[in-house]
Amino acid sequence: MLGAFQDKADHATLANIRLLFQHPYIDAYKTSLEISLVTAVLGGIIGLLVAYAAIREGTPGFVRSALTTFSGVAANFGGIPLAFAWIATLGPLGVVTVWLRNLGWDPSAHGFQLFSKTGVEIAYMYFQLPLMILVIAPAIDGLRREWREAAANLGAKQWQFWRYVGIPVLMPSLLGAIILLFGNSFAAYATAYSLTSGSVNIVPILISAYYTGNVLDNPHIAQALAFGMFIVLALMMIIYIPLQRRAARWSK
Amino acid sequence: MAPSAYVWLLLAAAYFLIPLYATLDFSLKENKAGAPCCTAHNYGWVIHNGDFWHTIKISFLLALETIVISLILFVPTIYWVHLKLPRLRPVIAFLALIPFIVPPIVMVVGLLRTFKGTPHWFYAEPWGFLAGAYVILAFPYMFFSLDAGFRSIDVHTLTEASQSLGAKWTTTLFRVILPNIRSAALAASFLTLAIVLGEFTIANLAAFHTFPIFLQYVNESQGFPAGALTLLSFVITWAAMLSLLLVGRKRGARSALITGAR
Repeated sequence: MLGAFQDKADHATLANIRLLFQHPYIDAYKTSLEISLVTAVLGGIIGLLVAYAAIREGTPGFVRSALTTFSGVAANFGGIPLAFAWIATLGPLGVVTVWLRNLGWDPSAHGFQLFSKTGVEIAYMYFQLPLMILVIAPAIDGLRREWREAAANLGAKQWQFWRYVGIPVLMPSLLGAIILLFGNSFAAYATAYSLTSGSVNIVPILISAYYTGNVLDNPHIAQALAFGMFIVLALMMIIYIPLQRRAARWSK
Repeated sequence: MAPSAYVWLLLAAAYFLIPLYATLDFSLKENKAGAPCCTAHNYGWVIHNGDFWHTIKISFLLALETIVISLILFVPTIYWVHLKLPRLRPVIAFLALIPFIVPPIVMVVGLLRTFKGTPHWFYAEPWGFLAGAYVILAFPYMFFSLDAGFRSIDVHTLTEASQSLGAKWTTTLFRVILPNIRSAALAASFLTLAIVLGEFTIANLAAFHTFPIFLQYVNESQGFPAGALTLLSFVITWAAMLSLLLVGRKRGARSALITGAR
């Protein structure tokens, strides 16, 4: 990590760190943060709804075990195979693209590109959702059935239960899980690299360009970029740990 | 079952299953326009490809090496910590979180710099540099899984019983402790296998030719065989993770299930 603070001749400097806040490096951080934020928040909310749908009373038990088993496996799909699966689905010759085209609606004519930021976000959701489902399921179990019945006995409506009991109890777990998802997507490299052939401007791809490409001007810039990522993720952890403690209060 | 539950579960099922179907569909297509559906041609291509066998062998051996090194390093350490130094446990648990804060892309930058100038047999060989990096990558999974395993048995009683019967330390470790944490060790090993077989970031930046690198190369150059190869790689992940879930049913082997492949 010390390399981030050295110049080409290994003298100490802050110039590399200052560079991070300038064009084009700051743009990469913005894109990275945006992708992570979108997939973490959307993944968090949709994951919560799917997990709740599988766990709530009335849903047969096998649905839940099937979903958690699948999530355990799918949270580990990622990287190159996942990118190919999406190219086969939504790429120019992808199965879904061809279906839509046969229905008379061409996604690429409406500005959709799999090899873009949106495409990366859609692909990332494939490992974000299962992770969310795995992480939030114990918290949903913590929402005890008796609370719901007690609220109903006191005359609370469905929305009142959620507004005053359900959401406040789930909130620390939900926020904690979203932060976990954020870090998960912020650190991801292989999927985006393979999906866009390295053309989407996110920090990990910029770092790798210094090692695998021809841009070997100043390796310390790559080290500074890595240092910046480390700072962001360390901040995430500092927020995450107290939230985790709070969330543990409601679990059994 | 509530109607909204149906809607969410069906949407999720569609989102998760369509890409898998699409990959299968691609893997069965012929590389010619207008050819009839469904050929095993792409699978034949994979089986007769020398690079495929070469890289998958490297990846499997690397996984094996990582698992063996990790178990040799961490089983006695965690055993010792549980037995004699319980106060050190939180420190190690904190260390185990570091690979989550330092993702592979950041780690490889640091490792490449730190080990620059080390002997050729280490720096330029996958068995040296890459295996070392993977041991670090596997450390949190090894730790959390083994730690849970050790917590579910009574380390003190087992050790004392074995020693009062006259067993040496090595006998205690291999004949008493190891059989009791077998499912935890197996779970950790399967997780490590899944990580190493899918790891792209470090191998790519350090310029080693492992299976994921080969997969990426095929993705870029030939679409339909890549479908067959991708499906194969999914099957390997499935197999590793399902075996993990099966051994994990036994006591205390379940832990966080997020690997570092992405």
